[in-house]
Amino acid sequence: MQPLLNIQGVHKQFGKTLALEDARLTIQRGEVHALIGQNGAGKSTLIKVLTGVHQRDGGDITFNGQPCQFSRPAQAQDAGIATIYQELNLVGLRSVTENIVMGREPRRLGGFIDWKLAHQQASEILAGLGVNIDVRRPLEEYSTAIQQLVAIARAVSRDAMLVIMDEPTSSLDESEVLQLFEVIRRLQQRGTAVLYVSHFLDELFEICNHVTIMRNGAWVADHAISDIRKAVLVADMLGKDVSDIETHGSTDFGGELEPAGELLFEARDIATRRHLRSASLEVHRGEIVGLAGLLGSGRTEVARAVFGMDALSDGQMSLEGASYHPTNASAAIRQGIALLAEDRKREGIVADLSVRENLTLSILPSLSAGVQIDSEAERKLVEHYIEALQIKVSDMDQPIRELSGGNQQKVLLARWLATEPQLLILDEPTRGVDIGARQEIQRIIQDYRAQGGAVLLISSEFEELIEGAHRVVVMHEGRSIDTLSNPGLTESTLVAALSRGQPSTSGDDHRMQETSARPSTPRETQA
Amino acid sequence: MKITTPTASSGATTAPWSRYRLRHSGPLIALLLLIGFNALITPNFLSMQTLSVNITQVATIAIVAMGMTLVIATGGIDLSVGAVMALAGAIVPLIFLSSAGQSFPVLMTLIAVMAALGIAMMCGLFNGMLVSRFGVQPIVATLILFISGRGLAQVLTNGNLQTFDNPMFEYLGSGRLLGIPIQGWLVVLLAAIAVFVVSRTRFGRYLLASGGNPRAAELAGVPVARVRMIAYTLCALLAGLAGMISVAINSASDAARNGQLMELDAIAAAVVGGALLQGGRAPFIGVVIGAAIIQLVRYTLLANGVPDEVALIVKAAIIVGAVYLQSLRGGH
Repeated sequence: MQPLLNIQGVHKQFGKTLALEDARLTIQRGEVHALIGQNGAGKSTLIKVLTGVHQRDGGDITFNGQPCQFSRPAQAQDAGIATIYQELNLVGLRSVTENIVMGREPRRLGGFIDWKLAHQQASEILAGLGVNIDVRRPLEEYSTAIQQLVAIARAVSRDAMLVIMDEPTSSLDESEVLQLFEVIRRLQQRGTAVLYVSHFLDELFEICNHVTIMRNGAWVADHAISDIRKAVLVADMLGKDVSDIETHGSTDFGGELEPAGELLFEARDIATRRHLRSASLEVHRGEIVGLAGLLGSGRTEVARAVFGMDALSDGQMSLEGASYHPTNASAAIRQGIALLAEDRKREGIVADLSVRENLTLSILPSLSAGVQIDSEAERKLVEHYIEALQIKVSDMDQPIRELSGGNQQKVLLARWLATEPQLLILDEPTRGVDIGARQEIQRIIQDYRAQGGAVLLISSEFEELIEGAHRVVVMHEGRSIDTLSNPGLTESTLVAALSRGQPSTSGDDHRMQETSARPSTPRETQA
Repeated sequence: MKITTPTASSGATTAPWSRYRLRHSGPLIALLLLIGFNALITPNFLSMQTLSVNITQVATIAIVAMGMTLVIATGGIDLSVGAVMALAGAIVPLIFLSSAGQSFPVLMTLIAVMAALGIAMMCGLFNGMLVSRFGVQPIVATLILFISGRGLAQVLTNGNLQTFDNPMFEYLGSGRLLGIPIQGWLVVLLAAIAVFVVSRTRFGRYLLASGGNPRAAELAGVPVARVRMIAYTLCALLAGLAGMISVAINSASDAARNGQLMELDAIAAAVVGGALLQGGRAPFIGVVIGAAIIQLVRYTLLANGVPDEVALIVKAAIIVGAVYLQSLRGGH
């Protein structure tokens, strides 16, 4: 049978960067097809090339039997490809009906919109997807999940043959995910194909028929979901050897390393409303604890909870043996917690302020006499850190935006070290930093630890975790599922733990069995 | 970008520093050009009389503009300053013209001034609360008092012009020190305090960080909500002070006219002076110069017989020009 969509050998270049190289994707009519890959694998670029946002530099795309080259997203829409973006392009203040029929409202005699008919059509389309809501209400009164379903209904009303969903479950709770899956199944029954992009691998086994894996802008493999185990998917995504993953069970490694010092911080089954379901971990003084996991596994969410940015919906945390529940970042800082955030530009630097002002932002109270900042003490402190961390600046009053990424990161690291934290949380501390600065940053972290500091290190770089961390807590779908200890930690044990699907290691953890048994997935069991 | 840097170190001659200086000398050059132009064509420009008139006029703009700069530095805007001026200006004579005021003129004048400042402060707290606690857009939040504040002032005074004769209070408008109007000195004093606050105090640093990158500031432990609250409160206080000065100058309070369109003059002065509407900068000296430019342009046109309507257009052109210059040099 002729496939609905066939993409072969597509190339796309941005300047000198090759974003896509031999991308392939084949989708049959009425199937749910998953597209997976690490960040930067080229999934989004491929979708943008397909939907006419970008123009390809080479390769063939055939849709519905026709070779196609869309120059605008509207053309792709007219041809029957609908895209449900993470940021929904709907009008919140208008009614559900208006959002669905917009642009093709039914008319009455004289050109007036036939609202009665429009409401009826909208209700029918939604009911066909199993959604029963009052279509006269403004869209914004409904949850993100419903809004997403309305966006899908809009696509359906335009007779889309292929609906592209980009991370559709990233902002949904579990019951909403179930509802979305129900809608996807109904789309499938109508013969509509779905291209499903997600970081949550377990979801694929629940809802998809086929999966295409991309890495570094290129096609790696495609499989029928029924023929494949999760370990293979993870290996393909990461570019590692499957047999490595199979042979190294995480339970091969014996007793934990003796803790470096006394227990400093402990989290027990913490959960938040942001994709953190149940995480437990301990950090001792003088210890670096790594947090590993694929994108969307809840690593950053753990950091946010510990730093007081998200309130706990469940579980407890304790610091120095006392109950610890920070209400915001300031409270966490006062208790001796520091967080070097992942997004340096948005959550770290104040670009227009100087290196000096950025560095001392978190310790101004201790640098002030009354309301006035003791500029003498401030300059001394800044000089000390510029020297100690070898920050390259022409002058401490230089605006921080003029520094390189690595030096900006060092300034931020200094900002937190200056608060003399008990627990330093580092979220991807060496991302976007050149090799030289990376090693220096790692040395700074080690020095801090050697002086009795405790570190929670979130990293996607396996080497960083293997070489740096005493223990690594593995996160998966918002849960901490395993703890690996050094020495004995290798790249393949880490990869194996991340994939988590293999039966050999699942004996002691009931959650592992749930995911290896595909048809009855965790979400359904819980629902 | 802040206006002063304490004790420029050995690196003071590096490229960023000189660029920084240039950026801040723009308004000053414009002001000097404007003065030179007037010296040549406007009759009797270089006289003590002209200086006094202009200082009297510019003081209220400068004071309100400094408050506005605080709010703009947080990334906000305050449309209610004109209305707060009217409100504060209406309350003062209301109190000292009352029967109690006639019996205890000195005491009641002091109480009147305190009451006016108190009301202004409450207006600021109201704005700050809406913005920082309830997350209302600044332009919407301050629109509430923009409309209702002047209305309230007019209701309080039954829409009447209140004329009075109170030498003690009028000193605020017509007093002189060393031949210079008292409000001129007040501007200098306030600007000095503002520069000190923004460059040397914790609040100043927090202000620039909150405006420059609120998210990063919050995560660094900066009390962003409290900083915003304080900024709106100080802005309203300064507007209240300006409202009283303007009433004192005229020896009369007209709730319908006092501070009218002042929000536009203040925003214009701030922008011309180098404030950045997205926040993160509080160049107070520049803002005072900006206020002087706005006033001098108006004076130049008036003194040369150009109608007021045209003056408004010229003012708009200056604002557009200033924003354009800012977009060129800001790197934003």
